[in-house]
Amino acid sequence: MPPSVAQRAPRRLGSPFTGLSAVFMKEFSDHLSSARMMVLMLFVIVFGALPVGLSLQELRNITESDPFLFLRIFTSAPQRIPFSFTASLTLVIPLLAIGLGFDSVNSEFNRRTLSRVLSQPIYRDALLLGKFLGGLATLAVALIALWLIVLGAGLLLLGLPPRSVEVARGIGFLVVAIAYGGVWLAIAMLFSVIFRSTATSALCALGVWLFFVILWPLIVPVLTLAMTPTDVAMGLGRLDETLAMIQLQSTLERLSPNTLFGEAVIGLLNPETRTLGPMIPSLMRGAILGAPLPLDQSLLLIWPQVTGLIAAMIVVFAAAYVIFQREEVRA
Amino acid sequence: MADTVISARGLLKLYGQQRAVDAIDLDVERGEIFGLLGPNGAGKTTTILMMLGLTEVSGGTVEVLGFNPVREPLEVKRRVGYLPDAVGFYDHLTARENLTYTARLLGIPRGESGRRIMEALDSVKLADVADKRVATFSRGMRQRLGIAEIVMKRAEVAILDEPTSGLDPHATFELLEMIRGLKRNGVAVLLSSHLLDRVQSVCDRVALFNNGRVALLGTVVQLANQVLGAGHPILIEAKGSDIAGTLRGIDGVQSVTAEGEGAWRVVAARDVRAEAAERIVAAGGSLTRLADLQPSLEEVYTRYFQEARHAA
Repeated sequence: MPPSVAQRAPRRLGSPFTGLSAVFMKEFSDHLSSARMMVLMLFVIVFGALPVGLSLQELRNITESDPFLFLRIFTSAPQRIPFSFTASLTLVIPLLAIGLGFDSVNSEFNRRTLSRVLSQPIYRDALLLGKFLGGLATLAVALIALWLIVLGAGLLLLGLPPRSVEVARGIGFLVVAIAYGGVWLAIAMLFSVIFRSTATSALCALGVWLFFVILWPLIVPVLTLAMTPTDVAMGLGRLDETLAMIQLQSTLERLSPNTLFGEAVIGLLNPETRTLGPMIPSLMRGAILGAPLPLDQSLLLIWPQVTGLIAAMIVVFAAAYVIFQREEVRA
Repeated sequence: MADTVISARGLLKLYGQQRAVDAIDLDVERGEIFGLLGPNGAGKTTTILMMLGLTEVSGGTVEVLGFNPVREPLEVKRRVGYLPDAVGFYDHLTARENLTYTARLLGIPRGESGRRIMEALDSVKLADVADKRVATFSRGMRQRLGIAEIVMKRAEVAILDEPTSGLDPHATFELLEMIRGLKRNGVAVLLSSHLLDRVQSVCDRVALFNNGRVALLGTVVQLANQVLGAGHPILIEAKGSDIAGTLRGIDGVQSVTAEGEGAWRVVAARDVRAEAAERIVAAGGSLTRLADLQPSLEEVYTRYFQEARHAA
């Protein structure tokens, strides 16, 4: 006797967000008071402070006027280490997010607190979302702190205040960085739902991170060449064919959250950026080379990247949600 | 039926082809302690999880306090306290902080929760360690903290999964006393266990699980009569010649089985203790022990599973 559809998929009553704020507050305060957070913060500050300190030393010696001098703190790569602040964040934010999320669900399971918490009047929805938002809030606190440190150091060492448009672009950068962290937090939580062992889930999350940092940039050109006709790949194709190849390559690159973050950051912090794709003559018509774009135009430019990051965050979180709903709570 | 707090009808749980819980019927009344017994893997925990809406129901119906845990899990979980097998708490938080988190999940107002938490900790004798981290707690203390959570929740039904497993005798005794305390406060208690003598001492009624089915259900005496036969067992230890023969000669004795050196187990249709003593002494024997044997759950359990195995 197969169970009827009504039996298998009953409508449940009550808000899925009951208890969300309780879970959120607990996760947030747990993160902020944990030793792990101290280590991660130290890690972020060291990786952030090093390029900022070095580039500030170089920027102090620049005499020519630069309307966006303040933003250069974020983007300029000092000569002694080939790493700008933003490039360093591209690497460190995922580590921070993975560190916060890799054991969020399976540790509850291993500590045997999951069934006790779920026997309180909350749905699993509230538990998972509360954990995610708690992690995201922690991430935001860490990034805002770092951002303020950089701003303060800039004020002190450059001795000139940032203009409002620079601050606005800086805040935009902060939002993008938090969204980028959210993607990696969702990925880490997905693995924490899939694997009961925290070590396995940490390894898998780090594996995905390494894949996007090291392997994906190597694979993309190979894939692009494989997918385009030989003569185009040799550089003998027509302009539109070559353009199509470049488009394909950047589309593939944009499957990586790191690329999306990098492009959004360039668009925001380098106001001169007019396009994130190939520069073709039609784009240059009437343009003054090196002239900055107004903020709203820069925002329009990076809008697809930002929505891409947020969409990726939601998709990965939804996957974790579906798996978590089906999981058995018993050992 | 107003007094029935948990009612299951044809409750079914399938894991693939396997029937973990096979169409069971069960009623738990208000104010009683109901025991779910059975070997590991008999379906006790799965049944409990279905009652709480923590796992999907494959078929049949279950109602807890008039709510359907599949459709209205929040209403059920607001009124039912659950102590899982080997309950866990957040080790880095104190006992009080752990209960505060639960109180916030329950939506208890802040002003009220502090008082309720201290009352609950007091009732399980943990008030003096309220601000110690749970990491320092023994297993027995954790179980008691779990009971405190149920007390704080003011649950109408308490579901305890293997509450005494892994506890030393003293901790077990204390915990059973607390379970009786829940009953005194009008809470219906459903507990699962495979520790039979412990269960026997607290349970009003029991259900014996076997392979996902309720094999037997009723009070311990009812179960004993069903499995062991409606006899009146006594134990006799005596010295003398042909004690067994003497005992068999008593009217109403159904069986006499030797239980070791100089000891016999007698089952009779009525209380034959006085007569047995008289006959043994009259036959020149010396009676050293004469005991009325209460039917023990352990015996019922062992016998039932022996027979179940023979039948298979």
